Amino acid sequence: MRIQTLEMSGISKAFGAVQANRGISLRLSGGEVLGLLGENGAGKTTLMKILYGLLPTDEGEIRINGEPVRFHSPRDAIARGIGMVHQHFMLVQNHTVAENVALGFPAAPFFFPAREVARRMQEFSRRYGLAVNPRARIWQLSAGEQQRVEIIKALLAGADLLILDEPTSVLTPREAEELFAVLRRMSTEGHSLIFISHKLEEILSICDRVVVLRRGEVAGAAAARAVDKRELARLMVGRDIIFNLERKKLEPGPVVLEVENLTVAGDRKAAAVRGVSFRVHRSEILGIAGVSGNGQRELVEAITGLRRPASGAVRLAGADVTGASARVIASKGIAHVPEERIRFGIVPNLFVYENSVLKQHRSRLFSRVLFLNYGSIRAHAATLVKDFSIAAPSLNTPVRALSGGNIQKLILGREISGEPSLLVAAHPTYGLDVGATEYIRRQLLELRERGTAVLLVSEDLEEIFELADRVAVLFDGRLMGILNTAEASMEEIGLMMAGIFPAEGDAS
Amino acid sequence: MEKVLLSVAVRTLVAGTPLLLGTLGEILAERSGVLNLGVEGMMAIGAVSGYLAALGSGSPWLGLAVALVAGMAISVIHAFVSVTLKANQVVSGLALTMLGLGAASLFGKPFIGRPLPVKLEAVRIPLLADIPYLGPVLFSRDAVFYISVLLGLVFAFLLARTRWGIEVRSVGENPAAADAAGVSVSGRRYLCTLAGGALAGVAGGYLSLVYSNSWMEGMTGGRGWIVIALTIFALWRPGRAFLGAYLFGVIFVLQYLLQPLGIPPNLLGMMPYLATLAVLVAGGLRADHRQLAAPAALGEPFSK
Amino acid sequence: MRLRLESLPAPSSGRKLAVLALSLLAGFAAMSIVFAANRVNPLFAFKEILLRSFGSLYGLKETVTKAIPLILIGSGLTLAFRARFWNIGAESQLLLGAMAATWVGLTWGGRLSAAAILPAMFAAGFLAGAAWGLIPALLKTRFAVNEVISTLMLNYVAAELLTLLITGPWRGASQRGFPYTEPLAAAAKLPLLPGTRIHYLTLGIALAAAALLYLAIYTTKFGYELRVIGENPEAARYAGIDFLRTSVVLMVVSGGLAGLAGVGEVAGIHHRLTYPGVISAGYGFTAIIVAWLAKLNPLGAVVSGLLFAGILVGGDAIQISLGLPAATVQVFNGVLLFFLIMGDFFVTRRVKIVGAA
Repeated sequence: MRIQTLEMSGISKAFGAVQANRGISLRLSGGEVLGLLGENGAGKTTLMKILYGLLPTDEGEIRINGEPVRFHSPRDAIARGIGMVHQHFMLVQNHTVAENVALGFPAAPFFFPAREVARRMQEFSRRYGLAVNPRARIWQLSAGEQQRVEIIKALLAGADLLILDEPTSVLTPREAEELFAVLRRMSTEGHSLIFISHKLEEILSICDRVVVLRRGEVAGAAAARAVDKRELARLMVGRDIIFNLERKKLEPGPVVLEVENLTVAGDRKAAAVRGVSFRVHRSEILGIAGVSGNGQRELVEAITGLRRPASGAVRLAGADVTGASARVIASKGIAHVPEERIRFGIVPNLFVYENSVLKQHRSRLFSRVLFLNYGSIRAHAATLVKDFSIAAPSLNTPVRALSGGNIQKLILGREISGEPSLLVAAHPTYGLDVGATEYIRRQLLELRERGTAVLLVSEDLEEIFELADRVAVLFDGRLMGILNTAEASMEEIGLMMAGIFPAEGDAS
Repeated sequence: MEKVLLSVAVRTLVAGTPLLLGTLGEILAERSGVLNLGVEGMMAIGAVSGYLAALGSGSPWLGLAVALVAGMAISVIHAFVSVTLKANQVVSGLALTMLGLGAASLFGKPFIGRPLPVKLEAVRIPLLADIPYLGPVLFSRDAVFYISVLLGLVFAFLLARTRWGIEVRSVGENPAAADAAGVSVSGRRYLCTLAGGALAGVAGGYLSLVYSNSWMEGMTGGRGWIVIALTIFALWRPGRAFLGAYLFGVIFVLQYLLQPLGIPPNLLGMMPYLATLAVLVAGGLRADHRQLAAPAALGEPFSK
Repeated sequence: MRLRLESLPAPSSGRKLAVLALSLLAGFAAMSIVFAANRVNPLFAFKEILLRSFGSLYGLKETVTKAIPLILIGSGLTLAFRARFWNIGAESQLLLGAMAATWVGLTWGGRLSAAAILPAMFAAGFLAGAAWGLIPALLKTRFAVNEVISTLMLNYVAAELLTLLITGPWRGASQRGFPYTEPLAAAAKLPLLPGTRIHYLTLGIALAAAALLYLAIYTTKFGYELRVIGENPEAARYAGIDFLRTSVVLMVVSGGLAGLAGVGEVAGIHHRLTYPGVISAGYGFTAIIVAWLAKLNPLGAVVSGLLFAGILVGGDAIQISLGLPAATVQVFNGVLLFFLIMGDFFVTRRVKIVGAA
């Protein structure tokens, strides 16, 4: 039974003290593409998790074709024709594509399910243009291909309505176009789509209607043709989200970091970074752009001492630090704001003041031979809290009680308080709300003015253009080119991100 | 000479069967993501309850059945603590071992050294048992041996080529993905932990009913721990469990074989444990290979 | 009617203490079943245990005596467990310490004064236990060998080694074929508090160790790194903390302390070596619960060590008077540990009964 109408009315959901959804109502007709717009934390994912049966709702009801439905688990939602493609893929890395697809496929036979699934996949490839090798292991696939697996999973399970959560966050511009083509075909075939995103451009290009969420409530809804970016932005945030960040024109100073012909092995593949060379100067921000998974992580780890390069050199102010341990590199003045701040950057159960010296605990400021000097540590923590406007109930609060933005401020403050010569910042504003994002970006610019060299790894091209003087693009472990942000165009960068060398020369 | 070799072969199979059973069970549990360190305790409980049931009823099969149920019953506690309460699986397993070993000691005390008047008869498979040399060794064994081999093959098939196997393996690799696909993570984990417990119980029952035909203090002798090491050695694949189980079966048998050579019995007694260390070190030398084989979510509780 | 779980991210100390007490009570309650099954009145049994362990002067003395190895090993384990290094091999580390001390004592005991030989025995015991504890640490960092299994395997190896020695080269000529070594010379025997079996030197070392470890965890760089590793190993890697060095140090300490316990048992209680089960008496395993009950706080290990020593003493007493087998204590250990873990669940979660939604 196809889904002609979907109605969610009065949906409310709270997690402890946080009201994630409050009285949300929306409607969708068969074949329609609905955009769900909102910034991080607005409640979009929670709402969709409720629709998909992953979470129970506190209040409100869902009706399909006029009938009220109640989902206790994804199984129920799947049975009713709702499928979800998650932002963070729910795929088993070690298994093959066919095995992953078989996992969510109720009609797969008990014996030799992979064979049957492979057969069905061929049919889909014809109809929607979704082609993937069923025998490949997930870890061997690119992000775009993995996403295709997720879509196939949902369709095979009988999805009539497909929810896509931030689908382009891991795609190159070209892959995103391919995805949109597939989605348009699905829409013509009568499938309904809910497209969650915080990117205004995309929402307007693919969706029929848009619903804007802000702080857990519906801030507004309209047909895509009837609104423009500014209006949507205002609904999303309550004000214009054009940052007032000014990047002053500065003369870059002497070379601080020199990476020469660096090759780094990945966890499984042979080389994640291949022969990469670049330099970062004082008073300069060099951005590393590229879709996640093209070697950025390994490059950062090699520079910060968490991974040994296979060949090549890393030099800090002329001194060779290739292959040095994280401890040594930190002591030489390289600061590191890690990607996945909660996983790598803090110890959640320890207190705020204990986390304020996570890498610096060995320095003479905070320790004496064997012992830690808690007096100076607390003073340092207090200074950080004040200087960086960190909202923490007290220095003795476990740091996991802080919000993402405040945790990031603590990490950033901690790292730059030692006046490093180089700061490596990996996806520093990922997952942060608008206020925190603006703050962090401003801090990075100020650092640049004070003379620090900054290596900024980011997937957000907007951020790179805003902050970086030059941008280097990584694709498949290779440096595709380095351009001045003042002269480069999004198109060029987009091409490089997809593995295509630009026609004109570069500026390294 | 060949008589000795054949006798060694037979005793190897008998010594290896409880190890095989235990390893198959542990592989299942760990593949679903649950680390069960209580195998030693479950084996002990299986050994004593199997022995007592057989003694009381005169039927070795009843003994094995009781051993199976006893092992499974104890593993429910571990499953509850690990899956539902999401507690530390290492400590839970250790507590279970203490409990199991202590309880087995408690119940078995009055019966130490009393031989079991009943035996599990060898089952001759017609035709196959007539093959020279191999025949009497492989095809004239007790029924549990055949069952253990069959189970190994069945598990290998189930895990690799059925939908159930994909679900179980996914629960152990990426429980969030399995959950999103509508598979009950707790359900699979409970099932696999209980199956592991049942097999550990039968393994223990086999020890007291077939291997040594009596009850003694410390009868399990660390086999439960060896099973855990063998699980790693088998790279979590039932097919490879055969290799490890019978290899250690040989080692246990060698202990007795080499005694007349004048080697101090205590030195021989160290063999299985040193061999376990050697096996783990060898596995660690190929660290990358092993790391990729371990279920990614092993030992980690899953919360939505 | 449904049950709903509420998360409490920052539980108060009061709550933690209450949960601990309730868990213990629940454990005791569960043990009642075991008593009842053995046709013993549980209340009578508990009363007996309490009286025999803390209710009489003799009992108190015995309790303190048994607490010495438990505090030594238990405080060392709090260190190891904080870094999630599951040292299950304290039994054998104790035995190695005992063996080293015996060797020193038998070889030079007759020729040196107590002031010389006793420190030598303690040093030898510490080194032997530390060395034995170092093996699994190196195996783990170098070869990624699971430390639960390696420490356990070494338990069996050490037990066989000891049995080999006492039935072979170390068997006392005067022991008429029994598996004992010669008794230690008078100088190699630890002095006892008069009228008791308390070898107070070891007791002093135990209390000092607990206090020092507590300070180490909360005031030193090493303690900080230990806590980071235990709470978030990936952040520890990011911060450049050296796992190898940390594992080595903590196993040297944990193994060494267990070794010291072994010295105490040999030089203070038995005065000679005999079967492994007699020398280590399950202290290595019981200390695991001591550490866990103390919530991995070394000072807490002093209290929980005394508590468990009392259970052991009381347990011994009722074993004789009520005819319960020795394994009862082991069952009790397991049951209690279970209830402790189950109790942990409720420290950060509250169960609420909600009406039909």
